[in-house]
Amino acid sequence: MTDSALRLIWIYPDLLSTYGDRGNVLVVERRARQRGLQVERVDVRSDQPVPTSGDIYLIGGGEDRPQRLAGERLRQDPGLGRAVENGAIVFAVCAGYQILGHEFIDDRGERTAGLGLLDVWSTRGEGKRNVGDIVAEPDPRLGLPTLTGFENHQGVTHLGQGVSPLAQVTVGGGNGTGEGTEGAWRDTVFGTYLHGPIMARNPLVADLLIKLALDVSALPPADNTWYDALRAERIAAAQATS
Amino acid sequence: MSAHPDSAATSASLNARAKLAVTAGKAAAAVSRAAGRGSGSVIGGRVALKLDPDLLRRVSEGLDVVLVSATNGKTTTTRLIAEALKAAGPVVSNALGANMPAGITSALADSGEARFGVIEVDEKYLNMVARDTNPKAIALLNLSRDQLDRSSETRMLAEKWREGLAGTEAVVIANADDPLVTWAASSCKKVIWVAAGQAYKEDAWSCPSCGGVMQRPDEEWFCPSCGFRRPQPHWALQGEFVVDPQGNPWPIRLQLPGRANLSNATSTAAVVSVFGVHPQIALQRMESVQAVAGRYESVLVNGREVRLLLAKNPAGWLETFSLIDPAPSPVVLSVNALSADGTDTSWLWDVDYERLVGHPVFVMGQRKLDLAVRLEVAGVQFQVVDSIQQAVAMAPQGRIEAIANYTAFQQLRRDVATPN
Repeated sequence: MTDSALRLIWIYPDLLSTYGDRGNVLVVERRARQRGLQVERVDVRSDQPVPTSGDIYLIGGGEDRPQRLAGERLRQDPGLGRAVENGAIVFAVCAGYQILGHEFIDDRGERTAGLGLLDVWSTRGEGKRNVGDIVAEPDPRLGLPTLTGFENHQGVTHLGQGVSPLAQVTVGGGNGTGEGTEGAWRDTVFGTYLHGPIMARNPLVADLLIKLALDVSALPPADNTWYDALRAERIAAAQATS
Repeated sequence: MSAHPDSAATSASLNARAKLAVTAGKAAAAVSRAAGRGSGSVIGGRVALKLDPDLLRRVSEGLDVVLVSATNGKTTTTRLIAEALKAAGPVVSNALGANMPAGITSALADSGEARFGVIEVDEKYLNMVARDTNPKAIALLNLSRDQLDRSSETRMLAEKWREGLAGTEAVVIANADDPLVTWAASSCKKVIWVAAGQAYKEDAWSCPSCGGVMQRPDEEWFCPSCGFRRPQPHWALQGEFVVDPQGNPWPIRLQLPGRANLSNATSTAAVVSVFGVHPQIALQRMESVQAVAGRYESVLVNGREVRLLLAKNPAGWLETFSLIDPAPSPVVLSVNALSADGTDTSWLWDVDYERLVGHPVFVMGQRKLDLAVRLEVAGVQFQVVDSIQQAVAMAPQGRIEAIANYTAFQQLRRDVATPN
């Protein structure tokens, strides 16, 4: 973060905001403000250029055709790639996660190029669509507690050598490759299938992004009472049905 | 609403197998009612349809059928149309909101002397019901995100409607202010466009035709990439008036509150005009409609007035917030996530709960903790309670607005009907 305000960029709410993805933006914004930070939020519509000077970029999920359109428009826009080169943080969910990879299957069933910001590629799953509560244990290096979310996807995401799984699934589908991985990350770029939204179910993920942006190892404490109650309920509910 | 059951008129037009199916269906409905499983209309229809899959076609023969579909407002609008059409003849309707083929079949089997069948249809079944019932008119009110974990995605639904309705002989009455509805209806032969408004626009920024980014200056909308644009409306809602195709304004006086019902009344006036009912007559008849299946009903709970409001998805919540009493009136929110509600609660984050700042808010229902986090982030003061009675005991003075999603609303109605 170079100046006084945290610059929070929400990419393409017109195309990739189908599953309460706005919640991730609201939670990051709220938790930053609770720590006394100023937040400058920029919602970038898909006919606008992606600014290069953001600190945190959020990308949500979407239907198949909007995903293809979003991928096409982001590929023609150097903004996000430059921001990542500058060390910006990117956190993408579901369709947005697939777009960050090398390729995904579009609404016409064709292989479509992604942005290549994560060393992953996505295919369409053969089996049942993954719909429901998911629980996963995050990569210990991230310093996060158990992740809870809601997943709703047909896609399967394969991880290359250049990324680590974000978490290991204990209940649910995740990346769907049969190896029990969920999501992927490298340096400051993260992808996941967890809706819910993930930040509402896991506020410490929001805090992690803020810490990375500030380049600090800790933040002032925040009241997590209701988040913790919700987390406990959803984790127990998922485990009861598994 | 429905004419008297077991009428000779219906039975005479049905062959033996269909008669048996109707009879078996009625027997099953009676058993279901006796077992305390609700009105019995769905289970009755399901048994009947299994015995005769062609039954929906046959029970709708001889009726002038009107279909009503939308994400929001279909139960209320079905009721308004039924009420207005009675000016032209007897009406049968699935007034209880059983809007899938089984429930529709069951409702029509009791058509008696009816001339009109006014049918609410679940969005996912519209093509099938339109194929089987040979409708004279189809009203398409709005489309927006709803129950994403189980229904098809919103834009896909518009596409399916478009494909399914392309060859229909029915007059389609469609909301010109909703780009997805317009896309669905614009391949039909006969369309009456209604400027019925659209409060929630978040599903309509991407052009349904080409994927371009929609421009929305004032009342208009258009896609700069392909030229798809809002059609010129024949009917319009202007303030609290219906403006007919000749430009005459007719005042809307409803007991039902809110902008959404002004919109529903406008669509209703356009629909019944197809059958020769004058808008003035139609609007007069609509005035008599109060609560519809408990929606908007005011009840007394421990001596306090509680108004029951149903909101199932972001568009519905937005319309509901616009009609509640201003702050600091107390508000109760109840949210469930059973299968009928959709088990994914992430839609809560597409609702502007920030609008409740200043109201004392009480949250309950199966997913009260999801609501608690949502309100915490919205900066709304709230308390978590276990029941409507507890909320009422804690609420400061004023009419209490209780807003609930689908099964939470049904639960609320039961809870206030049997005070503990």
